[in-house]
Amino acid sequence: MPELAVDVVRSLVVIFALLTGMAYMTYFERRVISRLQVRIGPNRTGPGGLLQPLADALKLFFKEDIRPSTADRWLYPIAPALALFAALASFAVVPVGPTVWIGGVSVPLQVADLPIGLLYVLAASSLGVYGLVLGGWSSGSKYSLLGGLRAAAQVVSYELILGLSLVGVVIVSGSLSLGQIVEAQARSVPYILLQPLGFVLFLIAAVAEVNRAPFDLPEADTELVAGYHTEYSGMRFAMFFIGEYVGMITVSAVAATIFLGGWWAPILPGPHWLFIKMLLFLFLFVWLRATLPRLRYDQLMRLSWGILLPLGLLNIAVTAIVVAVIG
Amino acid sequence: MLNDTKALAKGFWTTFKHMVRPPITVRYPDEKRTTAAKFRGRHRLYRDEDGLERCIGCELCAAACPSQAILVRAEENDPSRPVSPGERFASVYEINMIRCIFCGFCEEACPVDAIKLGPEYELSDFKRPDFVYTKEMLLDPEKNAPPTQFHADVERSTDERGVHTALGTVYRSHHPIGAPDPRPPVPTEAQAGDNEDPA
Repeated sequence: MPELAVDVVRSLVVIFALLTGMAYMTYFERRVISRLQVRIGPNRTGPGGLLQPLADALKLFFKEDIRPSTADRWLYPIAPALALFAALASFAVVPVGPTVWIGGVSVPLQVADLPIGLLYVLAASSLGVYGLVLGGWSSGSKYSLLGGLRAAAQVVSYELILGLSLVGVVIVSGSLSLGQIVEAQARSVPYILLQPLGFVLFLIAAVAEVNRAPFDLPEADTELVAGYHTEYSGMRFAMFFIGEYVGMITVSAVAATIFLGGWWAPILPGPHWLFIKMLLFLFLFVWLRATLPRLRYDQLMRLSWGILLPLGLLNIAVTAIVVAVIG
Repeated sequence: MLNDTKALAKGFWTTFKHMVRPPITVRYPDEKRTTAAKFRGRHRLYRDEDGLERCIGCELCAAACPSQAILVRAEENDPSRPVSPGERFASVYEINMIRCIFCGFCEEACPVDAIKLGPEYELSDFKRPDFVYTKEMLLDPEKNAPPTQFHADVERSTDERGVHTALGTVYRSHHPIGAPDPRPPVPTEAQAGDNEDPA
């Protein structure tokens, strides 16, 4: 019984933290990208603009829920929920901190330490593309459909790179469990030092996976109005939006866990270290958006299949040989 | 490949450099930029050092105005108590600020430098009549104009011939000096009875 309570509380805490974190990620992004563009950004709602996410959320809650007459009856409302669910679910295997003991009950600071955690992350995050494809298709609008198609093609291409970039880590650590990968790094060094190429590949693929600039072709507001969520409004749009930002947070957490040692650090290891490392990646997301223009579709495909895929295979081969030789 | 990476790094460095730069945003209602020396904002009518109004009522500004925003009506000066140094002075001088496009042609046309466009640009208001700036508002803006906006009285908006015009809402054309007045003649008190509809 206490185990069940622990599970429920842990899940709720993670969901709450992700949703709050997502809200403040929008604030963080707007403030930081403003500075990158020599502007100030939202600073008038509350002290320093800190209540801006709250105001945005309130606005979205009270917006009219518009449903196009051409929209599919069942898939149209389900699609955003699917996108949000997939984004939230993939955070479950990320270890936030070491196991703590509360009143005689051991509480791992992780919703679920699956032995195949890495596979679960890949599976859950690629589930999110169903939300985008179904949303794009069920809206009954050409822009949405084009956005959905792009999302499908892009995620198929970059899912592969994402998986390949992680194989090297799995070879080095000998485990698919994120908890054990962190412990393995605690015993040796952060894997960014052992797998620099894998790290770069993972970063590029992760940005493409969560459809962020410069890989935001499914949204592509200059060409496709708003891509797959053109026809969505109010809270349904908000669910896509939350999904995208939670996806960014999750990908940052996974990258920090696999390549930077997660919550582990030489001094005072704990969740705050994971937070700091995640912030680095989240800043990188914003920095990327402020710097790079959107890729053209053929460039996107050539980058994936022509450059990243060979590099990923090379990385695996070299890693495997080195590990086999050293033992 | 190496060149591409170099170009990428250069781009990232450029955006990063901008981040440490102070923002150039002017927080507008809280901070205001100083206007340029030749800024064309709100008009102002000027007086000479001896206190006489410079405007001699020649209507050249009204003729030059491309949006016909200026209404001038001139009257003969009383030699014992002159209002302006010339033969005539402007008894009515109104600028419809909704029509005005701030081109500055009026100040260019003025032969006596009576009208100038100033640096003030916060001219918004709530009622259309309030945008017709009267001669008092243009001569002594500090006394008669915003921030405590001088509310143009609709009763005062009868022109010198007693024609009632709702200020600002009615298109009022001007005609050059000497040209026949295009408007129908206004009945005087004496003629009022004659003009009544016989039916």
